[in-house]
Amino acid sequence: MSRYIRNIAEGAQSAATDAGSASPGGATRRDVIVAATLAGGALLVGCSLADAMSAGSQVEIGAFGPFIKIAADGAVTVISKHIEFGQGNHAGLAAIVAEELDADWARVTVEQAPANAKLYANVGMGVQGTGGSTAIANSWDQLRKAGAGARAMFVQAAANRWQVAPGEITVKDGLVSHAASGKSASFGDLIADASRVTPPESPTLKDPKTFTLIGSQRVRRKDSVAKSNGTAVFTLDVKEEGLLTAMVAHAPRFGATVASFDDAAARKVAGVVDVFKIPTGVAVVAKNTWAARQGREALKVTWEESKVEARGSDAILADFKKVAAGQGPAEVKWTPFETKGDPASVTDGELFEATYDFPFLAHATMEPMNCVARVKGNNAHLTFGSQIPTVDQLNTARIVGNLPGAVKIDTLFAGGSFGRRGNFQSDYAVECVHIAKKVGNGTAVKLVWTREDDMRAGYFRPIVHHDVKVRLDKDGFPASWRHRIVSQSIMKGSPTGTPKLDETAVEGALGSPYLKATPVVDAQLALPDVGVPVLWWRAVGATHTAFVMEHTIDQLARKAGKDPVDYRKALYTKAGAKRHLAVLELAMEKAGPTVTEGYTRGVAVHESFGSVVAQIAEVKIAPGGEPRVGRVVTAIDCGIAIATDQIAAQMEGGTCFGLTAALFGQVTLKDGVVQETNFDTYRSLRMNEAPTVETYIVPSGNAPSGAGEPGTPVIGPAVANALLAMGRPATASLPMVKPTVA
Amino acid sequence: MAINLEVNGKAVAVEAADDTPLLWVLRDDIGLTGSKFGCGIGQCGACTVHINGQPVRSCSTPVSAAVGQKVTTIEGLGGSHPAQQAWAKLDVPQCGYCQSGQIMSAVALLAEKPTPTDEDIDAAMAGNVCRCGTYQRVRAAIKEAAVIAKALPDTTSAAPAAAVAN
Repeated sequence: MSRYIRNIAEGAQSAATDAGSASPGGATRRDVIVAATLAGGALLVGCSLADAMSAGSQVEIGAFGPFIKIAADGAVTVISKHIEFGQGNHAGLAAIVAEELDADWARVTVEQAPANAKLYANVGMGVQGTGGSTAIANSWDQLRKAGAGARAMFVQAAANRWQVAPGEITVKDGLVSHAASGKSASFGDLIADASRVTPPESPTLKDPKTFTLIGSQRVRRKDSVAKSNGTAVFTLDVKEEGLLTAMVAHAPRFGATVASFDDAAARKVAGVVDVFKIPTGVAVVAKNTWAARQGREALKVTWEESKVEARGSDAILADFKKVAAGQGPAEVKWTPFETKGDPASVTDGELFEATYDFPFLAHATMEPMNCVARVKGNNAHLTFGSQIPTVDQLNTARIVGNLPGAVKIDTLFAGGSFGRRGNFQSDYAVECVHIAKKVGNGTAVKLVWTREDDMRAGYFRPIVHHDVKVRLDKDGFPASWRHRIVSQSIMKGSPTGTPKLDETAVEGALGSPYLKATPVVDAQLALPDVGVPVLWWRAVGATHTAFVMEHTIDQLARKAGKDPVDYRKALYTKAGAKRHLAVLELAMEKAGPTVTEGYTRGVAVHESFGSVVAQIAEVKIAPGGEPRVGRVVTAIDCGIAIATDQIAAQMEGGTCFGLTAALFGQVTLKDGVVQETNFDTYRSLRMNEAPTVETYIVPSGNAPSGAGEPGTPVIGPAVANALLAMGRPATASLPMVKPTVA
Repeated sequence: MAINLEVNGKAVAVEAADDTPLLWVLRDDIGLTGSKFGCGIGQCGACTVHINGQPVRSCSTPVSAAVGQKVTTIEGLGGSHPAQQAWAKLDVPQCGYCQSGQIMSAVALLAEKPTPTDEDIDAAMAGNVCRCGTYQRVRAAIKEAAVIAKALPDTTSAAPAAAVAN
């Protein structure tokens, strides 16, 4: 996701530079606000994006910089620029600082940074935001330096106090010592002096071989107690004097607007304070949640539907298949994403042919989307699970008419995201800001979406259709590979316009070692328009490309009469894919030769977000005919492993998330209306269906890469491949378990 | 109308229509926000509380059903219940949003079956959805909680049910 979002930063920066070059030098920030258009909104120009985005915000930075606060008693607080919505990144980020600082891990806590792109930009994105499994990777150098810098300040303070050479001083668990003289002092003892030491510009970092905390089992979550006793605060839990709760009546079809509404009955509901139209529907504002809901149910809204997406999901998929067959509308163009050899020869000879269909998927976070906003005049203050604060600031600023950086955002824990909380429109946050603006006075307004609101709002993983034709050489390996992907663009209409190639639709096929090992490749993408908002969904393109590549390769191995593991190994060797080879070998070794009785194994390997994951899944057919997964052996190469237990947690959780999608996940539209609106029809894996995941990490000296998403896309094809091994047919569409009730 | 409840051992009086879901009375009127809203139709378990020690989905239980009964929420467990200790020890939570409900279901299970089998856990926990997929740690933590409870000096008062009832 980072590279997609990086476009925002680059686009905004170039908009700023373009307009700025026409501005006279020496102008103050406010002087150079022009109506440069970024997705239709005003943007600051004449200064860097980071300056623009932080203008108006006030963040106090202490002696140890924007990421570290140390209290008088020596307790260390690490400021996280990344939201924690399950990934465990707060544990890893804190551990990076604590390692270099040599802090006492037991006395390290984590605090969430406010919105400020200058201080807290994601290094990979250029704006403040969490996504693309980048939290640890982009913070690695930054936080090591922050920790090492603060450590050096304590060492210098002690050296000055004891009149000894800094090189003779050691630090361990927050205790600064000088062995020769026997002197020692805690961070707390030294803090006043250390605060006055000038921070070194290039502090010396540790040799990773000397790490004592990073990679150890001591790196644990800092929020487990709060999340086990009800005290962890989510957006839904925000309490404030005078806070009002809002619900919004939304249109049943995408693209509809309010034609008229009758609020007479809604206003009679006890506790309802106001009812009014906003761009996305009709808002009911009340003194509490139940009154808001009762008020909304009493509303009568008529919708203007002349521009709605009225197709069902079956019709959309049928249209995609026409495009794949070369019978689509003329305006739908093909974009090559991998071309090798002579494409004209790609369909010569005997071919293996397969197609695959993937449905819309909802993120269905446990906490439905919500937001708290207060607007007074041009000032806005938001409190919620903001995934990309910079974008949320931009979108809010446009509504209240202020500098983006002046929009205050406090980020809370969020009850999951899986990509949903970060989108270019800030859809639910903007909705809340519109309501808070109408309410005015700085009154806190909590927008609450029900599960049904959340499921009907779209921002789905797009429908995708793949068409694959492969010719094998005399040894049974791919000689030519023709690949067509038809989907809907996630990036179209992003703040910087539509990219030439929307990589979110092809990543995973693009860059596949199997294509690398194939002499002739003709791979192309087409992205017809659909009037349903779509978005990245945990692992993004890999949610379908991993399935297609891994399930296809297993079928090819069987066609060639080869063992699927040996077949992969040969292709990885051919492609020079050493990391793929290593994770597969580690997974095979840990799985061992003995298959659990009654189960059949399937294998899959995929690289996403810089990490490579191999899984060996043991699958059986449960009574009732559904596939059931037992033991799953996982091997991951994610570079240097920082929070190993949280990497395991992400493999466990990612596997469940991917398995839910593979087995049950689908949102269907009937005449443009979402049919699965709650967990009764949008089935999610439950305790009795959950696998047992073992995680093994490939030792690595490389910089860390992601763990939040790479565990998701591998289980689906591993299960499909186990079904193949059972002698069952190939899986040509997901989900595997078709709903019994339409 | 005025409604009198006993929540976490304390008498509470609130003004609410008697068909108001117990969840919103607990959250909005009493300020106990540990119980979460996930689905509103009793399908996900994030709102699970106990009425007289039995797990119920408070999002689809009218407050009138709780009048005169003993209501226990996650806050009422006190923070050091064996299940809560086990949850923290094994770092069960990810996003954490469903975990109050998971713990309340687990506590009710442990009260009934101090040494639950995998089948017991499947049956008792199948009503609690976790989109982060923490199931295998939830399972491990329930077993760990059983061990912790048994190691407590007074096994009678350590039984989860007794801890909750107090």
